[in-house]
Amino acid sequence: MISLSHYLILAAILFAIGTVGIFLNRKNLIVLLMAIELMLLAVNINFVAFSHYLNDLSGQLFVFFILVVAAAESGIGLAILVVLFRNLSSIDVEDIESLKG
Amino acid sequence: MEFKTTLFYIFSAVTVLAALRVITARNPVHAALFLVLAFFNVSGLWLLLQAEFLALALIMVYVGAVMVLFLFVVMMLDINIERVRQGFWKNLPLGGLVGLLMVGEMAVVLSGRYFGLANLPPQNLPANYSNTKALARVLFTDYAYPFEVASVILLVGIVVAVMLTLRQRKVTKAMHPADQVAVKSKDRMRLVKMAPEVDLPSVEAKQGEQA
Repeated sequence: MISLSHYLILAAILFAIGTVGIFLNRKNLIVLLMAIELMLLAVNINFVAFSHYLNDLSGQLFVFFILVVAAAESGIGLAILVVLFRNLSSIDVEDIESLKG
Repeated sequence: MEFKTTLFYIFSAVTVLAALRVITARNPVHAALFLVLAFFNVSGLWLLLQAEFLALALIMVYVGAVMVLFLFVVMMLDINIERVRQGFWKNLPLGGLVGLLMVGEMAVVLSGRYFGLANLPPQNLPANYSNTKALARVLFTDYAYPFEVASVILLVGIVVAVMLTLRQRKVTKAMHPADQVAVKSKDRMRLVKMAPEVDLPSVEAKQGEQA
């Protein structure tokens, strides 16, 4: 039988993969955004699993709001990425240093 | 092994493999497609957890909208893959160490021996239970105000995305409405004072003088 800890450990693995993705893809802003999506997904799995095993619907509602905010976030992030690429012709994180003093 | 247990292991194995390919794929298009695969499998997991509405919303919102947006942007930008892959594995030792530490600690804490997480019984909902109805009942009563705030967040997202990527071209000829409204009659027509016409000497008289 699948217990709550199975889901929680799966979510932890996904979250760790997202973190490693941020470490690896320092030169590719798009894959970096995708890694952030993976981490959000792991958090959502936690919420849904707790909601199921504690018999409380609030967790699923929270996932609903996280989906809304994540959609807005990725839309704005991609818009910023497009503007950045127009100005710099690169999506390397290390090229984005114009705010450095 | 129970059928649901088998399904759980299949879904989670494919999810983890797809996630690994997302962060290591050479081509960003492949990364986006593997992320779609991961979303599909997580949606299956949520179906196992009897969260039907969220499982379908995940497919519609993420695979239908967000990932298509990602694919559009990936194909719009002309990325130099060779340059992007330079020094790709340089940060792997540190990143892998952090990731393994996170998974190890979480597994020790969550493995059920200390918090009694394994003893929590799963829900057994009746067959005619509607997850969507129950969610809607809570969403439109207790969470009505956050629901409105979420719509405002989406509106702000639309406005920001349009304003950031809007580009005014130099060649387009368009009226500026604010200037049009603020115009005065003085700007439209100009009255110029001129001296009255002077009679010039006639042509024949000039020729007579030269001769």
